[in-house]
Amino acid sequence: MGYDLSMRLWRGDRSGGELADYVVAVEEGEVVLDAIHRVQATQAGDLAVRWNCKAGKCGSCSAEINGRPRLLCMTRLSDFEPEETITVTPMRTFPVIRDLVTDVSYNYEKAKEVPAFAPTPPDKDGNRRMMQADVERGQEFRKCIECFLCQDTCHVIRDHDDNKSSFAGPRFFLRYAELDMHPLDTNDRRKLAQGAAGLGMCNITKCCTEVCPEHIKITDNAIIPMKERVVDRRYDPVVWLGSKILRREQRNET
Amino acid sequence: MTAGLLGAGRARIPQKTLRKDRWWLAPAATFVVFAAFVVYATWRAFTGELYYAKPYLSPFYSPCLTTECLEGSSDFGSPITWWALSPALIILVFPLGFRMTCYYYRKAYYRAFWLSPPACAVAEPHGKYSGETRFPLILQNLHRWFWYAAVAVGAVLTFDAVLAFRNEDGEWGHMGLGTLIFVVNVVLIWLYTLGCHSCRHIVGGRLRHFSKHPVRYRLWGLVSKLNEKHARYAWLSLFSVAIADLYVYLLARGTIEDLRFF
Repeated sequence: MGYDLSMRLWRGDRSGGELADYVVAVEEGEVVLDAIHRVQATQAGDLAVRWNCKAGKCGSCSAEINGRPRLLCMTRLSDFEPEETITVTPMRTFPVIRDLVTDVSYNYEKAKEVPAFAPTPPDKDGNRRMMQADVERGQEFRKCIECFLCQDTCHVIRDHDDNKSSFAGPRFFLRYAELDMHPLDTNDRRKLAQGAAGLGMCNITKCCTEVCPEHIKITDNAIIPMKERVVDRRYDPVVWLGSKILRREQRNET
Repeated sequence: MTAGLLGAGRARIPQKTLRKDRWWLAPAATFVVFAAFVVYATWRAFTGELYYAKPYLSPFYSPCLTTECLEGSSDFGSPITWWALSPALIILVFPLGFRMTCYYYRKAYYRAFWLSPPACAVAEPHGKYSGETRFPLILQNLHRWFWYAAVAVGAVLTFDAVLAFRNEDGEWGHMGLGTLIFVVNVVLIWLYTLGCHSCRHIVGGRLRHFSKHPVRYRLWGLVSKLNEKHARYAWLSLFSVAIADLYVYLLARGTIEDLRFF
């Protein structure tokens, strides 16, 4: 059964803007993106919104719904009361291009700073092999759809623009962790993660995990393990002593 | 002052948050409970009395290692002769340090006490932010050291729970409500301690090849299961340790009698 939904959509660009009110007819079972498309089709043909798959897999339609970073296509209207006004704004951590569309190039710049996978030489038959247990460990990290909601909600850059130069953000700590745990990778990313990527800036308040639409446990399975790996390298005398006594590099140990 | 939500090029939205839910409830509850615990623990730690009622020794004072300890409470002797303040202060620094540097507690108190941030997508009030890169917060990296100490403290509390199966005359094979409280407390303490993120890393998380270390991989899996409930055990063990201490206090003060089962 359909009803009239009240929406407030942010309209504007870098020079300014405001929340504009709309009332749009919606149907049972629809998502916020459906309502926005109907506004676009019937009332505001110039409304800018980025979207693609409508299935929560492309990571394009990231925005903030009633102040919470979410995917427009995965937020059901049934999550709200029919009489409730739904407010949609662009992600507030990134520069806006227009209306609900933001410039997320910050993330692409940070992606370039992560050293690429550098595998060990192949076996004699030319293949590289991994056991299933080692393959499974990284699968969770590969679920990332790069919607950048974790980056958007991270207060390190959301509330402090000047940290952007020295902080890679949770999405890329995920990448650092994935590669650092990869059994065939030869790089030691711990120093880089703590230094250039700004791992120490994270105070593990878990907002990245809360907003992840893929339910990746970013904090518990990527950021904290990376912090612990940095502790191995810099702050744990037992690990340091072990590496000296056994005369082995920490990296080669495992 | 650093530019936050109104930083260069961002959508000009003046509100610090547009959230409509009760986002303030969780940090407010955390603040109240943690503050209450800190006040209670500080009072109990500094009093230096009413912490031993045979056969129960308050977990705040265990092990009691100074010459100031009440008679019968020093199960490990009194090697510390130079300490004149409450014996609890020497011991509590280890579990306190463990919890203060715990990844879960950090999340909780950064949100509730420092409002950094108070909740997700709610702007924090601070002009500058350097995270855990500088003193004193860089000391959070010592969490693992405190974990090593917490394992020792857990072993001592286990010993205390075993000793609680005695009666007032020191005879074995008895049990009271205090015994039950001590056992539940030590179980929760272990569930919290062994679910620690540092423990998870040490037992197997630091490996690159799970497949080459099947035993450690199995242990890592077990610790990971505990780790998923780390926050729950952090809270439950916080309550249980306070309840265990309060029970001993009330017994020692003569307010209540120990309910003996057998």
